[in-house]
Amino acid sequence: MEGFRIVVLIKQVPDIEKVRFDVETGRVDRSSAPAETNPFDLNALEAALQIKERCGGTVTVISMGPRQAESSLKDAIARGADRAILLTDPRLAGADTIATARALAAAIKKLGGFDLILCGEKTVDGDTGQVGPEVAELLGIPHAAYVCELREISRDRVAVVSDMGDKYLYELELPALLTVTRELNTPRLPTLKDLLRAKRAGIEVWTADDLSEHVPANMLGYQGSRTRVVKVVIPSAEHRKGIIYRGEDAVEKIAKILLSEVAAI
Amino acid sequence: MSGKGILVYAETRESEIHPISFELLGKAREIAEKLGLEVWSVILGSGISDKASQLIHYGADRVYAYDDERLRDLNVVAYKSVLVDFVREMKPEIFLIGATPWGRSLAPRIAAALDTGLTADCIDLQVSEDGKLIQIRPAFTGNILAHIETTSKPIMTTIRYRVMKLPEPDPSRRGEVIVRRPERVEADGVRFLGKVSERGVNLADAEIIVAGGKGLKKKEDLRILEELAGLLGGVVGVSRPLVEEGWISKDHQVGFSGNTVKPRIYIACGISGSPQHLAGMRDSGIIIAVNTDPSAPIFRHADYGVVADLYEFIPRLISFLREVKGHGKGSVKGA
Repeated sequence: MEGFRIVVLIKQVPDIEKVRFDVETGRVDRSSAPAETNPFDLNALEAALQIKERCGGTVTVISMGPRQAESSLKDAIARGADRAILLTDPRLAGADTIATARALAAAIKKLGGFDLILCGEKTVDGDTGQVGPEVAELLGIPHAAYVCELREISRDRVAVVSDMGDKYLYELELPALLTVTRELNTPRLPTLKDLLRAKRAGIEVWTADDLSEHVPANMLGYQGSRTRVVKVVIPSAEHRKGIIYRGEDAVEKIAKILLSEVAAI
Repeated sequence: MSGKGILVYAETRESEIHPISFELLGKAREIAEKLGLEVWSVILGSGISDKASQLIHYGADRVYAYDDERLRDLNVVAYKSVLVDFVREMKPEIFLIGATPWGRSLAPRIAAALDTGLTADCIDLQVSEDGKLIQIRPAFTGNILAHIETTSKPIMTTIRYRVMKLPEPDPSRRGEVIVRRPERVEADGVRFLGKVSERGVNLADAEIIVAGGKGLKKKEDLRILEELAGLLGGVVGVSRPLVEEGWISKDHQVGFSGNTVKPRIYIACGISGSPQHLAGMRDSGIIIAVNTDPSAPIFRHADYGVVADLYEFIPRLISFLREVKGHGKGSVKGA
């Protein structure tokens, strides 16, 4: 088949609107919120599906995480992905960005060949945006970050607009990796029929052993990480004054604050 | 090679040094004193050698300037290759990079090539009692602050713009500028084709932001906020839904998927205060919120809250300010 071989990297994250944070202990209670696919990754998947529809090809989705992350992969299948692989293993747990990138890069190598790798610009839980460029470096391919527009794709190159504050146009030789912004497109929703079909879809599960040809297990997970979280603090909003005005005199009160502050600029 | 150092990457845009580079030098100086290190800076570009002395004024002991036509454009693979070679040669203890979009695209490639730890988007760096560097960064859309240690060398960190204090430059400060030509510029696979558009508004540098959210009923009503912003010498920001509606360009968007801002005054009008929005503005100086719903989360993060309809409150605020100004009392800037 002559189409594009596209890989999309996705992560399952807690719904950030609902997740609870324990100010006392600094614990993030992941069980307090339903899990969903990182919103930025849905834009990456949508871009992949659009390329596949226009130019032909296959879309393979890879995620690393606990067994529950299967539901995000099934959702990707429902939206139109052809194949889904879950990297799950206690030896992969506790990974920082570099250890995560090593696992994902090894999985991509194991796939055999690819033309384009897409991922979201960052995740709503880790907030780093590092894994994409790290994967590109480990695979020795070019990347463009914060891609907000896909101008053109041909057999051997892709032209994209990168949002660096100012917007820059880049042309990358394929294979290449793109991290995409939410501006790029509007992700489609799966139909009920698609969701039912995806329910029965098989998700391939790979462990550290499946990746061992490309990366030793001691370079993965917590053991392979180069950073450690030593403490977590939940900042409280209490340092704000929290003065509330209602009614007629609010205009004057706020105006006075503005006048005293603005004159000082 | 003499001594140990902390390295600061000086980011350039069209041959100008991005001010975050000076902020990083200020912080590097502070850490260097505590850990007994030299402060080194590295700058890449074409025709940038004469800018290098500025980095000395802001705190660098030595500046390495890679001045080469092949480094004129922001090519992530080219910059990576030069910086990786440089770090391998100099072996800094710590390497600081600004967490601008460019820095956050470049730093992970360098870290992966060097097989070292990288901490993203830090808002503070501290030295622990036993001499370890503690990197503090928000995570979970700004809901938590993680304290992170790196177990490999160099310790690499990207640091958010405008969180470190901009030091006073000292033009009498002495240091060494070493101009170099890179031995190798590996730029395979990336071609820079030019600037498509400049951002229309620079929220990151704004001192006053008047921001609107879903409380606005139609696109034309942004004019009310523009008027207030104009009067205060500020700019207009918005929450994500307004950008998604196509009312205004993304460079106006404040929040997790838009711009992180730190103005002296942030006025949130008709913004409920979702975690995504708060992640982009919670470090503002004074936060003023106007919302009809007294239970809106934004009020918990505001210094001053006004429970009112923005359509009534903001026009009245504007006329009040105009009247005061008309009497020649306040010196309202930009009006």
